[in-house]
Amino acid sequence: MKTISFVPFAVYTFVLLISTQAVGAQLISGAGASFPYPLYSKWFSEYRHVDKSVKINYQSIGSGGGIRQFLKGTTDFGASDAPMKDKELAKSKQPILHIPTTMGAVAVTYNIPGVKTSLKLTPDVLAQIFMGKIKTWNDPAIANLNPQVKLPEKQYIVVARRSDGSGTTYIFTDYLSKISSAWKEKIGTGKSVKWPTGLGAKGNEGVTGLVKNNPGAIGYVELTYALSNQLPVVALKNKAGKFVVPSVSSVSAAADGQLKELPSDFRASITNASGQNAYPVAAFTYLLVHQHMPKEKGQKLVQFLKWAMADGQKMAPALMYAPLPKSLIPKVMKKVEGISFK
Amino acid sequence: MSQVASTTEAIPQRSRRRDLHLADRIFYRVVKGTAWGMMVLLLSMIVVIMTMAWPALKEFGLRFFVTNDWDTLGDSFGALALIYGTVMSSIVALVISVPVSVGVALFLNELAPRWLSKPVGFLVEMLAAIPSIVYGLWGLYVLAPFLRSEVQPFLSEAFGFLPLFEGPPLGVGMLCAGVVLAIMITPTIASVCREVFAAIPVAVREAALGLGATRWEMLRISVLRTSVSGVVGAVILGLGRAFGETMAVTMVIGNIEQIKLSLYEPAQTMASILANQYAEADSDLHLSALTAIGFCLFVVSLVVNGSARFVVSKFEKRERGEV
Repeated sequence: MKTISFVPFAVYTFVLLISTQAVGAQLISGAGASFPYPLYSKWFSEYRHVDKSVKINYQSIGSGGGIRQFLKGTTDFGASDAPMKDKELAKSKQPILHIPTTMGAVAVTYNIPGVKTSLKLTPDVLAQIFMGKIKTWNDPAIANLNPQVKLPEKQYIVVARRSDGSGTTYIFTDYLSKISSAWKEKIGTGKSVKWPTGLGAKGNEGVTGLVKNNPGAIGYVELTYALSNQLPVVALKNKAGKFVVPSVSSVSAAADGQLKELPSDFRASITNASGQNAYPVAAFTYLLVHQHMPKEKGQKLVQFLKWAMADGQKMAPALMYAPLPKSLIPKVMKKVEGISFK
Repeated sequence: MSQVASTTEAIPQRSRRRDLHLADRIFYRVVKGTAWGMMVLLLSMIVVIMTMAWPALKEFGLRFFVTNDWDTLGDSFGALALIYGTVMSSIVALVISVPVSVGVALFLNELAPRWLSKPVGFLVEMLAAIPSIVYGLWGLYVLAPFLRSEVQPFLSEAFGFLPLFEGPPLGVGMLCAGVVLAIMITPTIASVCREVFAAIPVAVREAALGLGATRWEMLRISVLRTSVSGVVGAVILGLGRAFGETMAVTMVIGNIEQIKLSLYEPAQTMASILANQYAEADSDLHLSALTAIGFCLFVVSLVVNGSARFVVSKFEKRERGEV
C-alpha cells in the first residue's frame, strides 16, 4: 500500500521540479552543424553545472539549415562548418560574427589488400585519384612515393565519397581546389559537388562501409570518425614538404601556422596551411552570433562563449576534436567581448 | 405513391440531426472538424510545396523533367536521372518481389498446414516492421559485399552478354538497391495477396476440384485467374512503397546522377537525393529544385495509391457480384 501512495507523490515532485527549472532558466536556442554536435552537446550539458540559470538548446540540423534558421531569426545562434558567404551575410539586417569553436579535419582512408603500413600521397596525386585520372594502385605516381609499400598489381581504385551535402566535403574540395587548378576549374568547392568518379555514400559511416567492403577503395571521412574507428589514414604532404598524418595536434598546428594570414572576422580557409607539422585538410567550425543582442540573452551567451574558449577547449581532445591553438584564443575572446547589448 | 415514399425517407434523415443530444452534437462537430482538418492539411502541404518549387519550375520549365544535369555549384538542375533511378530500382524490386510474394501467399493460404502458415505468415509481416535504416545498413555491410563477391561474378559469367550485367562488380548500385527494396515490399504485397486469395469462395475451388482438376490446376483456374486485379492492386501498393523508400535506398544505391542500363552501376533516386542534399542545400534555386523533386514524388505517390484503390475496389465489387 505504501508504495502505491508514493507513486503519485513522486510524479508530483518530478513535475514540480521540471517546471521550476524551466521557469527559472534563460533559454537560448541554436541550430546548425552536425559535425561539432558531440562536442557542443557535452559543452551545453557541462555548462548547466557552471551556470544553472541558462539552458542552451541545440539541434544539429546541418550547416545549411542552421544558417537559414539563424537568418530567419528562429534561433538565437547558428552553427556552420563553412563560413557564411558574403551573399548570405547581406541577407541579414544586422552584423553577424563568426566565432570559431573547434577544428574539423578530413582524413583520407583506404583499403588496399596486403598493405599495412601508412600510405604516403602528395596533393597532386590525391587530386588525380579523386578525378579518376589515376586508376590503379600500382600506378608509378603512387609507387614512387611509397617505395617501401608492396602495392598490388592490377588493383583498380574505387573512389568513395559523400553523397549527402556535408561540411566534410566542403573542406576536402576546398583543399583540392587549392592544390589543383584542374580541380578548381572543373569541379570546384562545395558541400556537394559534381564528382567526376566514384561511389557516393551517405554519412561517414556510409563511406567507411564502402571503403571497408571494397578492396582497392579510397575515401575521405571526418577526422574524429577516422580516429575513433582506428581507420588506416593517408599521410599527406603539406605545404612545408612534410608528410603528416591527421591527428588532434597536427590539426591544431594547421590553425597555428595560418594565424598571421587570418582575417579579423575569422572567415578564412585554413586548408593547405603553412607550418612544419600542419595537416593540410583542416578547417574551423563556427558559432554564428549577432553583433548586437538583447541584454539578458546576450550576456548569458557571451559568458558561455568565454567559458567555451577556456574550459570548453580542454574537453575537446577527449572527444577527438582538435582544440583551437592557444595563439588564437585571445583574438576570439576579443571578438566575443565586442558583442554589444541593447 | 412516390411522394409518400420520399417523405417517409426524408423524415428520419432530418430528425436524426434535430434529435441529437448536446453531447452528440459537440461530438459530431469535433469529428467533422478533424476530418476537414486532414483535408486542409493535405491541401496546404500541396500549396506550400508548390510555392517553394515554383522558382525552379519557372527557371527550367519542362527541361527539369527531361534533362539530366544536377550541378549544385552551377545552379543547373534536371531530374531525368533521378526519375529513371526511382522507376528502374522499383522495377528491379518488383521483378524479384512479385513472384516471391505471390508464391508466399499461395503457399501460406492454400498449401501450408495451419501450424506452419500462422508463424510463417507472422514472420513475413514482421519484415515490414524493421526500420528502413536497418535494411540500409544490412544492405551496405552484408548484402553489397555478398553481391560483389558471389552474385555479380556469377551473373557476369552467365548473362554478361546482356547490357544489364556489364561493368566491374562494385556491390552497391542499382542491383543492390533493387534487392533491398524487393525484401522491403514483399510483406506488403504478400499480405494483400493473401487477403485477396482468402476472399475467393471455397465453392469456386471445390467446383474446380470436382471437375477433376489437380491442385495446381485448381490454383491456376480458380485462385490465380479470378484474383488478377487484386494482385495488381497489391503490386501497385508495393510499388508505391518502393517509390518513396528513402533511407535504405540511399545507403546502397551509390548515389550518382546518371542513366546507365547496367544494374551494376550506381544511380540516384528522387527520394535519395532529397535525403542527401536537402539539409545542406545552400542556394535558393537548389532548395527549390529539391522541393520540385518532392512535389514530383508527391504526385507520383498520389497517383499510384489512387490507382491501387481503384483496382482493389473494382475487385471487391466483382466479389460482391455488383459487376
